[in-house]
Amino acid sequence: MTGVSKTSPLSRAAKWFDPRARTISTIGFILNRITALGLSFYLFLHLIMLGQLAQGPQAYDGFLATVHSPIFVFGEVLVIAAGFIHGLNGIRIALNSFGVGARYQKATFLVLLSIAVICSLIFAVRIFTV
Amino acid sequence: MSTPKWVVTFQIYRKKGNADPHFDEFKLEVSPDEYVLDGIERVWAFHDRSLAFRHACHHSTCGACGMRVNGAEKLTCITLIRDVTQDGGVLRIEPMRNFPVVSDLAVDMGILYTRMEMVEHQPVNSDAKEAIQPEARPAGPVGEEEDYIRLSDCIECGLCISACPISGSSPEYLGPAVLAGAHQHGIKGNEQLLKLVDSEDGVWRCHSAFECTAVCPSFVEPGWRIMDLRKQVIGERFKRLFRGSSPKIIDTMEASK
Repeated sequence: MTGVSKTSPLSRAAKWFDPRARTISTIGFILNRITALGLSFYLFLHLIMLGQLAQGPQAYDGFLATVHSPIFVFGEVLVIAAGFIHGLNGIRIALNSFGVGARYQKATFLVLLSIAVICSLIFAVRIFTV
Repeated sequence: MSTPKWVVTFQIYRKKGNADPHFDEFKLEVSPDEYVLDGIERVWAFHDRSLAFRHACHHSTCGACGMRVNGAEKLTCITLIRDVTQDGGVLRIEPMRNFPVVSDLAVDMGILYTRMEMVEHQPVNSDAKEAIQPEARPAGPVGEEEDYIRLSDCIECGLCISACPISGSSPEYLGPAVLAGAHQHGIKGNEQLLKLVDSEDGVWRCHSAFECTAVCPSFVEPGWRIMDLRKQVIGERFKRLFRGSSPKIIDTMEASK
């Protein structure tokens, strides 16, 4: 609509992340965007880290020491959680887009988000205890 | 026994011409069973005659009084004050998003009406599946042999477009009301409408936030209609794949019946 064209595209897109006075469906919308950005950033970071391996055995050992630090382990948990949330929410959106279950999208989202949270917690416990 | 009065502060968005927008506060004694629009009208009647806002029917038929009440899109003529605030509370009244503000709470909805015409939105619902079912038909002068018609649910209030995050970031997006109008009209056999709907700014621009359905005061379910349109568009694409680009004349004839 014409009333929004004066602001920059970035400031307009920033409003996507405002959950005030919105429903649970918007939480799903926001989560999908945050997890997509997070996973893209992770992929970029992952390729840079793998590039370090080509610099010899010492670089490889240094790399292993870094990824075993608690911050990186916590980052791995976030990546797994993002994967579950984005993947399962994506299944809901894909089904809805084919006209399947669009009227039950809220309930579907809550069920899939619960599964994502449970799976992420299981992985978190495994990662931090093994 | 009459309902005890509440004291509610109306914080009303003001903008005139090129001046910077601001909020004016009006403390009113209201009945919690009054509607938000009643309070706004009282502000206009007794406090500030320069307040501009749209309203007409007062019973959710005209779709003129859509605004944001404490951030959420509401048709103010059917929004009870007790449902959106409390005694001593605040009601922040703002114009709808994603439309140009003409003055204060009044927005220019011309683009919505133009687009509704583009998709040939009809005042009568043509979908047989959504017709009034026999058990729901009221007793009246219409005989058994005559068909009842059902008016289209959409009152073109624009609340769905105000609530849609994509309408906010992509001004070219047709928007939920327009796509719901296309769905009610039906795309089968209508090449021009199919082309409009199956475009970058048509059904594929929707990102499934479903806020349109949440705020719709007429239960049009734009979110579901957009998803159903996608299914229909995919179906049409498959048909084209097997028979070439143009629809068979028999389909066009069937659709025009």
